[in-house]
Amino acid sequence: MKTGRKVIGLLLCAAMLVGAAGCNGGTSAGSKSPAAVSAGGESQTGSAEKKSGGTVTVGFSQVGAESDWRTANSESMKGTFTDANGFKLIFDDAQQKQENQITAIRNFIQQEVDYIVLAPVTETGWDTVLQEAKDADIPVIIVDRMVNVKDDSLYTAWVGSNFRAEGDKAVAWMEDFFKSKGRDKDTINIVDIQGTIGASAQIGRTEALEAGVKKNSNWKLVAQQTGEFTQAKGQEVMESVLKQHSNIDVVYCENDNEAFGAIDAIKAAGKKVGTDKGEIMVLSFDSTKAGLNKVLSGEIALDTECNPLHGPRVQNIIEKLKKNGNVDKKAYVDEKMFAADDTVKSVSAGTGKFDVTVVTQDVIKGRAY
Amino acid sequence: MKQRRKEKRTFNGNTFLLIITIGLFLAMYIAGMVVFSDKGFGKPQMFLNLLISNAGLIVIGCGLTIVMVTGGIDISVGSVIALVCMVMADLMENKGVSPYAAVLAALLIGLAFGVVQGFLISYLNIQPFIVTLAGMFFGRGLTAVVSKEMISIKNGLFQSWAKCRIYMPFGSYSNKGKFHPAYIYPTVVIALAVLILIIVMMKYSKFGRQLYAIGGNQQSALMMGLNVKRTKFLAYVLDGFLAGLGSFLFCLNSLAGFVEQAKGFEMDAISASVIGGTLLTGGVGTPIGTFFGALIKGTISSLITTQGTLSSWWVRIALSVLLCFFIVLQSVFAAMKRKKHS
Repeated sequence: MKTGRKVIGLLLCAAMLVGAAGCNGGTSAGSKSPAAVSAGGESQTGSAEKKSGGTVTVGFSQVGAESDWRTANSESMKGTFTDANGFKLIFDDAQQKQENQITAIRNFIQQEVDYIVLAPVTETGWDTVLQEAKDADIPVIIVDRMVNVKDDSLYTAWVGSNFRAEGDKAVAWMEDFFKSKGRDKDTINIVDIQGTIGASAQIGRTEALEAGVKKNSNWKLVAQQTGEFTQAKGQEVMESVLKQHSNIDVVYCENDNEAFGAIDAIKAAGKKVGTDKGEIMVLSFDSTKAGLNKVLSGEIALDTECNPLHGPRVQNIIEKLKKNGNVDKKAYVDEKMFAADDTVKSVSAGTGKFDVTVVTQDVIKGRAY
Repeated sequence: MKQRRKEKRTFNGNTFLLIITIGLFLAMYIAGMVVFSDKGFGKPQMFLNLLISNAGLIVIGCGLTIVMVTGGIDISVGSVIALVCMVMADLMENKGVSPYAAVLAALLIGLAFGVVQGFLISYLNIQPFIVTLAGMFFGRGLTAVVSKEMISIKNGLFQSWAKCRIYMPFGSYSNKGKFHPAYIYPTVVIALAVLILIIVMMKYSKFGRQLYAIGGNQQSALMMGLNVKRTKFLAYVLDGFLAGLGSFLFCLNSLAGFVEQAKGFEMDAISASVIGGTLLTGGVGTPIGTFFGALIKGTISSLITTQGTLSSWWVRIALSVLLCFFIVLQSVFAAMKRKKHS
């Protein structure tokens, strides 16, 4: 009797297995036809003319889907490398695991994709597999995080954010803002809630603030502690800082989540967030939709963007590679600044002049993430 | 007479489950070759990549099979990988130690885990799950103590080991008409050598037979005069050593040490073992089955990556279906065995 029940269970499982295999076969058969067509097209045009025509296959190994930023990054790639644009995208989600990414890249190489795009989980450990890609003559474009390899020629180009420039822009905005309010001689007490120590975003943004404090003798960095890019830790840090210091003017949060935590802590301590004297001004980075909503409500004074829309930049590089093969090793994405009011209309930081966007409901609606 | 019949039946159980595993692997791989023939699935390198990517899993899976055959489990192996990779990276990059010494350290760490866990489990009679759960937390925690930052291994000699290709006499032509000889890395050679050694040990050595006897029925093994505690202890020591060795192979593939490394790897190793026909209750299981279990896992993820549009989370779904299938299969098998006994 008992055995009979088990046999039924086994049969059910077998049915599940066949069912899964069935769907698998169905979808792959469906996707096979365009691939077969493109292969046929390639063989007709020949390898020499492949550069000017035919579908370009791009293998993209993504870290995972751990945040809104990451999802927007994936969507940007999927939206750019479409069949309509003459691309075929093979997308692989590594579920935060480096070994999955290494395996996926090896798979791309065997599939003979035309380009490999890699958003690495880690900065390290890519020497072997990128060498394999190089030996197979497949250009590799790195996005977001940089890779740390012995031989620079293992990747063709890198696309990502300039974290130092993001910080410099925020610092320049702060200088201009206080000047226009006539507070450029007053002492400004600043709290820096840092990102996860060692992350490139943390390093760039902290360096920019420290340079700003050095440059402006009236700015004082009263506390500097990591909030690990999380809301809970950001709140915890701000709570403890508020207990020690009563006269804080600015909180420089290195991402939106930390800013949310800091705002909660400030309100809980009975203080006000805002840009006037006596209020605490919150600066933030990333410009997620939730962050911009806080800018709209005036709780965050300035949110500097960390742009996840890498797709068009990568496409740009691929187009250039197809034509002459010369591209810049580093390409930064454009990044905007979003402020609660129009006190400062534009800032000059580093090499350029940057407009400040005042956040409205329409601005938020038009954002991808 | 009865004794001999029982022995024969255990053997039959092993082969029966093994044949299903191998058959499934072949069916999946051949289906992949037919469906994705235009995407390089038929290339010999695609198959060798399975071995390259799963070298560490094969070795660690062998270790797990050994303890699972005794009726135990080891869920600390993922953390051992993280710890070994981190210590090796730290030794070579920050302390200037030679790669040879670093490898020795890797093996010693694995061995230490095996000795301590084995002692607690066999001599103090603590549940293997709890002991290795503690080992898992300990390993991951210690990794963070060594360094919270990611360390990249740039040591020239170590990198040359990682990049040393062993070319095969065969290969494949690319779409552009260029011939690429197929290759493997030394990790594959080590993994296969370990696999063969463990297969021989499990099948022909006295120690191997004792493992099966203990897993089959600990009480009768004891009454037959086997030193159950010592055998169990040695099983965990060997498992620990293989975890250390597998971690070294893993490290050659990843060339980096960081805290989050190989999270959940123990579950991959256990599922490879179970798909390969190892019974969680002990007494049944073969290293060769585990080897094919690991290849099946690799093939699933390879199929899904090659397919290109399916989310890679389907790998997990397919694996869970397979696990379910094998567990039910095993329990049918166990029920049949019990019926015949009574």
